[in-house]
Amino acid sequence: MPANRFNGNSDYGVGIGLRVPHYQHIFEKKPVVNWFEIISENFMVDGGLPLKNLDQILERYRVVQHGVSMYFGSAEPLNREHLKRLKKLVKRTKTPWLTDHLCWGSVDGRYTHDLIPMPYTFEAAKIAAQKIREARDFLEVPLAVENVSSYAEFHVSEMKEWEFLNEVVEDADCGILLDVNNIYVSSRNHGFDPFEYLKSVPPERVAQIHIAGHTKYQKYILDTHDHPVIDPVWALYARAIEMAGPTPTLLEWDDRIPSFNEVHREALKAKRYLPAQLQEAS
Amino acid sequence: MNLEQLQRAVFEVTRQPLTPSERMRPRLPDGRLVREIANALIKPNDRMTSFERLQIYNQQYWFRIMGSLSEDFPGLRSLVGERKFEKLAVAYLNECPSESFTLRNLGSRLETWLRKHREYVAGVERVAFDMVRLEWADIDAFDSLDLPRFTATASGQLSGATIFRLQPHLHLLDLAYAVDDLLIHVRRLNARSETVSNAVIEFPKRTRIRRSSLPNPGKAYLAVYRLQGAVYFKRLKRDGFALLRALGEGKPLEEAIEVALLRPGRRVDRIGPQLQEWFQEWSSLGWFAKS
Repeated sequence: MPANRFNGNSDYGVGIGLRVPHYQHIFEKKPVVNWFEIISENFMVDGGLPLKNLDQILERYRVVQHGVSMYFGSAEPLNREHLKRLKKLVKRTKTPWLTDHLCWGSVDGRYTHDLIPMPYTFEAAKIAAQKIREARDFLEVPLAVENVSSYAEFHVSEMKEWEFLNEVVEDADCGILLDVNNIYVSSRNHGFDPFEYLKSVPPERVAQIHIAGHTKYQKYILDTHDHPVIDPVWALYARAIEMAGPTPTLLEWDDRIPSFNEVHREALKAKRYLPAQLQEAS
Repeated sequence: MNLEQLQRAVFEVTRQPLTPSERMRPRLPDGRLVREIANALIKPNDRMTSFERLQIYNQQYWFRIMGSLSEDFPGLRSLVGERKFEKLAVAYLNECPSESFTLRNLGSRLETWLRKHREYVAGVERVAFDMVRLEWADIDAFDSLDLPRFTATASGQLSGATIFRLQPHLHLLDLAYAVDDLLIHVRRLNARSETVSNAVIEFPKRTRIRRSSLPNPGKAYLAVYRLQGAVYFKRLKRDGFALLRALGEGKPLEEAIEVALLRPGRRVDRIGPQLQEWFQEWSSLGWFAKS
């Protein structure tokens, strides 16, 4: 698969998220998987079973780190302790690129542990871009930011979400972890055309793509990662691949996790959307 | 309103505890109407008011941290019952919001907080304190540092001045109640999740725990430690516990023995075999680290 400078010029294909319920299957059956995505925070510890398991995975598989609490969009400075631990993990996993969310979630050193959408303002874009640059310079690895699912929009916003994303990634000169499920979820919650969002994404900056399932409620959709990917999300994925070319793709499944084989099968459906000549090779 | 002001305003609302029916409260503690704050911050859409949209984040915040704390302290839940635990957890998390990028540390201040708010564990204070200490030790032992072990070869060079360093994952707990048996029982019934993800929590998923009968009072000296990835609880004799604690405080071997073991009429040569047995066992369990 083609690679770019935002994913460390890596050619990874389709991967799945590494989750505890699958450890036994992976260690015993040693399935063929292109790569695993790990949640960095689960392994930013000093020792014990999490690192032991990770080392066992690293012996056989390629791993890419995905974070959930860097909070580039928080007004406060980056947490240095977080960065130091993250860098230690980067050295351990040798992740070719690293991702986290374009969102905020901490205030005055207090953490929400949530991914709260940004107010789409020029001030916020500048702050986020500055923090992304700072993190990348410290971590010494290519960095890509993920668009989040959102359930609220702020009055103070001065632009559309996709314009904000562009503003940030251009300023920070970083990659995009394009979550097509999140685009779909937000499009339904806020009433925009998801293809218009996709059209504005700079394809040359797409380092990775996320696909996932979600849950529909009467008035809104929640990004629950507990279902298979629905057809409209696959349609967005197909369009993203047309735009960006074959790109490292990752299926997220975090709740009501089915068997390893089921998750892997669902992820591999992504191969249908690759150009025919790459379907067998990937 | 700049970014900092907006984020403070949103956080102030989203960290307010939910109502008993798990909705956003209509007012902040200072009396301001949340509806007005939401209207000023959040756009409504054709299906939801600003209040309803902000409420999703308020609910997510509490579902996530309550779920995490509940998973980490099943023993305390079992002791006080689900309803009291919920009240206790809301009060604790309201007063001590997470100050760490990882949910792993959410309960790090629970024992200290609980000692100042005994009303939440009225009638079971001491056993509850013991349980919280044990559960926090268990969390910490699971993934804290494991230093290179102090080897048997090195122990041949021991003298009275030798200072032993205990492994960071080893916790020594003197308990007024033997809560370890109870916790093991409760944990058997409740599998523990050890991961975080970026998925939204659909609804509170805390499995209910049956309330346990109180253990009988009785001193227990416990070592909580990790071996080959698993956390174990080991009961110790009082003297052995005292010796380990003295060593853990950085006292040289001779002084630690003196403080912990020597009483009038008790000579070192009498306790020699016991010491040898202990040190062999503790070394084999990897409790000593290279200085």
